[in-house]
Amino acid sequence: MKVKITAFGIAKDIVGGKHLELEVNGQELSLVRKDLISQFPDFEKLASLKFAVNTNYVDDSYQLNENDEVVLIPPVSGG
Amino acid sequence: MEKIYITSDRLSSQACIDLVSDNGSGGLVVFIGNVRNKTKDKAVQYLDFESYEPMALKEMQKIADEAVSRWNLHDMVIHHRVGKVPIGEEAVIIACSSPHRKESFAACEFAIDTLKETVPIWKKEVFEDGEVWVSAHP
Repeated sequence: MKVKITAFGIAKDIVGGKHLELEVNGQELSLVRKDLISQFPDFEKLASLKFAVNTNYVDDSYQLNENDEVVLIPPVSGG
Repeated sequence: MEKIYITSDRLSSQACIDLVSDNGSGGLVVFIGNVRNKTKDKAVQYLDFESYEPMALKEMQKIADEAVSRWNLHDMVIHHRVGKVPIGEEAVIIACSSPHRKESFAACEFAIDTLKETVPIWKKEVFEDGEVWVSAHP
């Protein structure tokens, strides 16, 4: 399925833009992580990479739906 | 003024104090996170904050709700600035009030510690010779 992805912070620099689309072979979010790391190895150097869907943190076993917007959350540093 | 608020304008500690002031609260604590002029020994020119705003507001609200219920506060406000923030200006202000001071001190510390772990806001330190996303790498 086609997955819409939005990136913030250093994740935006790594993918070279705020938005991208990935074609993954299945529905589990772990596939998105795997694909991202293989396309952009710099993700492996981050202290962490979390995902959010519809403004909630989700873990890698999350099953993607057709219109989900996946947001990449690199290590946060507010405050 | 909203209690949970993200803005690119300058923050006001007085506005935060006014939002939590209450005649039944004898203790009012304010935490202000300011932009420091250096990191280690390197001069910082300014910080540039980016947020995933709808989620950041939601996570900030969760922190305030949890703090209010855990420490039985009168109220808590959290204001965060985004965009370019110059040296010496406020990046974040947290204020809360409670009948006695202990609860507000504890709640305020909990709120800033949790904000730094869970709220999707990112800061970039800008130096004369480059820039770096804070905490990105181990």
